Amino acid sequence: MLSSAQYLGSLGQTLVLAVVVTLVALVIGGISGVFLARQQFFGRSALVALLTFPLAFPGVVVGFLVILLAGRQGLFAALGMQLAGERWIFAYSLAGLFVGYLYFSIPRVILTVMAACESLDRSLEEAAHSLGAGHWRVVCDVIVPGLAPALASCGAICFATSMGAFGTAFTLGTRLNVTPVAIYNVFTNYANFAVAAALSVVLGAVTWAVLLLTRRLVKNSGTVL
Amino acid sequence: MKRSSLFVVQLLFTLLVCAFMLVPVVMSLLAGLTRNFFVGLSSGLTFDWLVQVWQAYSSTVWLSLQLALACAVCVCVIGVPAAYALVRMNNRFSRAFEELMVLPVAMPGLASALALLLTYGQFGSFRSSWLFILVGHVLFTLPFLVRPVMAVMQRQQLPVLEEAAASLGAGPVKRFFSVVVPNCRAGILAGVLMVVTLSLGEFNLTWMLHTPMTKTLPVGLADSYASARLEIASAYTLIFLLMIVPLLIALQAISARLSRGERR
Repeated sequence: MLSSAQYLGSLGQTLVLAVVVTLVALVIGGISGVFLARQQFFGRSALVALLTFPLAFPGVVVGFLVILLAGRQGLFAALGMQLAGERWIFAYSLAGLFVGYLYFSIPRVILTVMAACESLDRSLEEAAHSLGAGHWRVVCDVIVPGLAPALASCGAICFATSMGAFGTAFTLGTRLNVTPVAIYNVFTNYANFAVAAALSVVLGAVTWAVLLLTRRLVKNSGTVL
Repeated sequence: MKRSSLFVVQLLFTLLVCAFMLVPVVMSLLAGLTRNFFVGLSSGLTFDWLVQVWQAYSSTVWLSLQLALACAVCVCVIGVPAAYALVRMNNRFSRAFEELMVLPVAMPGLASALALLLTYGQFGSFRSSWLFILVGHVLFTLPFLVRPVMAVMQRQQLPVLEEAAASLGAGPVKRFFSVVVPNCRAGILAGVLMVVTLSLGEFNLTWMLHTPMTKTLPVGLADSYASARLEIASAYTLIFLLMIVPLLIALQAISARLSRGERR
């Protein structure tokens, strides 16, 4: 039953979506997190507080926020009407799901990166600068490797949340073919408990394996987190 | 000069991210207070939607609060001794157990709900009472209390204090309540706030476990998103945010205090 193409397809789609969301969230959150940790300016702590609030929003609420952004009466629909004369609506597709997952992943990355930045040794960066490394070189060769363990473990959590997030997909529409929705449909529409349980086990196993692997990698790299 | 232009670019980028996070929230707040969202703000502001939501869904608010408080109590009673045991044992078994604690993060809520339904679903009166949801919430939130409490317990000179108490004649129970628990207050408080926040917003599990008689706030939210008009859904979200944002502010304040204590 598990080998049936539909379930494999949904699993593949979920995996790809989760990986892409994780990578994009790491890049965006990484840039903002390093900036917020390093610079002192007026309103910084307020900005940090605002950026980290959405961490605890449940998936359903995030789904609704995506609808407000990109739904039929959303901001982008109005914007598209103004600019191009057509409504831009992408809330009820995979793009909407992507925006939603990004929404609750970014705060987590920012928080982790900020915490990790505090423990980075700044003298390494100064040394690199004094040896003539440009800004970009310092970022690539000093900051990113220093943050790597934190980025890896935070990325794993983002991946896990994106794999299992059901509320967002549920709000945006049960036509979306991602595994949590597939499990829900199989269970409620067809009352097929065996397949639903099997799919849950596969989903849980994949996610857990990724989390475990990352923890091992981070531990072996010898960095205390 | 190069540095300052980089600063501006980064600041703009961060502000853009912030806008991405905030604009939909603000839109939701406004939509919940606008007479007709389709027409826009010019149709005037009103509290009518809030009143309507309260009339239709206030029972979900009370049930969610009841669940969250009960969940916090249960998790404390189970979690604090469990964290203490795990910290004190510190052997292969306890480390494996810690590894298992990641499971609720990895396991999609749906899967835990399925497991609960398949195991206990046939006990009708239990199935239809709010205690069934409570069990799910406790299972899901337990690690979020145990982990911060363990972190605090590992950090302090707890063994020294305990030895001192023991040498003065305090038994294990007395030591636990008068030495261990007071020293972990901040960790427990942070954990409890997290648990309450999570329980208030828990949807994945609850959606599978709820019955028409036991609807929680997020279940009602999903309901209104699917069927009610945008203003009602927004007003309902507004009520939810009003409940959860003070908790989040308290959580941030406590974790800031905790990390300051760490550096001291």
